[in-house]
Amino acid sequence: MMLSCRETTRLLSQGEDRGLAFGERVALRVHLAICNGCRNVNAQFRFLRVAVKSLSRDGDGKETA
Amino acid sequence: MPAKPAEFRAQVEDLRPYLLRYATLQLRDSAAAEDAVQEALLAALTGEANFAGRSNLRTWLTGILKHKIVDAIRRQSRERPVREPESEAGGFDALFDQRGHWEEPPGPWEQPEGALAQKQFLAALEQCLQGLPERTARAFMMREHLGLDTDEICKELGITPTHCWVMLYRARMALRQCLEMNWFGK
Repeated sequence: MMLSCRETTRLLSQGEDRGLAFGERVALRVHLAICNGCRNVNAQFRFLRVAVKSLSRDGDGKETA
Repeated sequence: MPAKPAEFRAQVEDLRPYLLRYATLQLRDSAAAEDAVQEALLAALTGEANFAGRSNLRTWLTGILKHKIVDAIRRQSRERPVREPESEAGGFDALFDQRGHWEEPPGPWEQPEGALAQKQFLAALEQCLQGLPERTARAFMMREHLGLDTDEICKELGITPTHCWVMLYRARMALRQCLEMNWFGK
């Protein structure tokens, strides 16, 4: 709605890399409240971080996120 | 708790086309107009309490929008920033329609934590990482694998923070698409 989904995915990504401004966080929250697709992407970005970290582990221990 | 946030939101959203026309007329730039309207709508939604039926909703929103338009004009005249390096989306434009909404909203992934315990999944992930452009992959691994912050990555790769964020965005979008195709999506 306020943010487009394209902008939202961009901000979600940047949120992993820098502190978002208050206004950005509010805008994200408003958008995520109404958009399933972007909520899924948010979870998936976070999962990517955990998944990539687990690449360095040998063996097959299970990550508890 | 506001009484009926969804209803208020819907009323505000109904006025969006009107506001967009209004902003476009003055800014002569549809992207800038879209931004101004979004800012105004966001301000309206977060400041719903201030409305409280005092005036006509359209009048109230237009008032907010005017301020946003003035801000936009000021910004436009101050700096005409160079847009992001090449296409910021980097091939992801097709995922979105003209207004930036999903053509096909991504679905949830089933049991992602369970996948982490599977060797085949980790192999698929590595395969996806190898498919990234070299610098993009490097930036992404420095960030997520090494846990460096973007300042360090920028220095290392000789790029600006903005460029760095763009690369990391591309990496994440590409990886999620790749994993969806090769693992989660059936």
